[in-house]
Amino acid sequence: MSLELAGRTWESRLILGTGGFRSLESMEQSLKASGTEIATVALRRVDPAAQGSVLEVIERLGLFLLPNTAGCYTARDAVRTARMAREAFATDWVKLEVIGDDRTLFPDAVELLRAAEELIGEGFVVLPYTNDDPILARRLEQIGCAAVMPLGSPIGSGAGIRNAYNIQILVEQAGVPVILDAGIGSASDAALAMELGCDGVLLASSVSRAKDPVAMATAMRKAVEAGFEARRAGRIPRRLYAEASTPGD
Amino acid sequence: MKIELNGETVELAEGASVAEAVHVAGAAERGVAVAVDGEVVPRGEWDTSALREGQHVEVLQAVAGG
Repeated sequence: MSLELAGRTWESRLILGTGGFRSLESMEQSLKASGTEIATVALRRVDPAAQGSVLEVIERLGLFLLPNTAGCYTARDAVRTARMAREAFATDWVKLEVIGDDRTLFPDAVELLRAAEELIGEGFVVLPYTNDDPILARRLEQIGCAAVMPLGSPIGSGAGIRNAYNIQILVEQAGVPVILDAGIGSASDAALAMELGCDGVLLASSVSRAKDPVAMATAMRKAVEAGFEARRAGRIPRRLYAEASTPGD
Repeated sequence: MKIELNGETVELAEGASVAEAVHVAGAAERGVAVAVDGEVVPRGEWDTSALREGQHVEVLQAVAGG
């Protein structure tokens, strides 16, 4: 079943970030193996010495480009970066990141909400990277965000989903797609996110920094699909004691 | 005249356009955005927007990320 996100339909529920790959070739192969249809990019000052272009890779693969506001610490910076991205890539979509500090890279809730409000007012499709806080997620939804993207754990930590209960609550109350963004370490984390009811998973480091990124991208594709199917299938309840699967006499 | 281009002071001809600054910055043809003193300048205005002494010009392009 496809994912409805901001009025568009996607076959893949996995979104890949392009950061951290050892080469553009590895990025391209991994994007392909992941089956993703959406890839994120950042904006930085032009480096004339840079070799190759992430943009060319994304275009070659026919992926939808999702610019982010990585590295922004204030609403003002994030809004400006989003406007620059709109100009550079002719897209209204933005993965909104407003970071609180560089040790945790946790979102700054106050600045995030402020930036989201301003960008929505300017007609952006805002996909906010947020805390695993159901109340903040609700506020983001209420002001018009097209999805909410709670972290599982800090960006790049590979620590998985630290507060599955909060993700569960957040999913239960959300009226927009929930995309687990950040903290995924391995395939089991991605599957768990989907089993908790998330509509999609956004990840980068777990693939780009894996020993074999292409193999991990394949694993993530399967994990997201498996987790989604398992959620739909409806798992059995957890019990303390056994329940025989073979009937007695 | 001197402007600040991506954090470096550079010398451009008097009245140079945003397009010239983009060229000096070494930007690619596509996927580039420019802000002058924090305000985005649409691509359609690069040729006609003249820069002034001391302005801060940021020329950004896509990089792998997040």
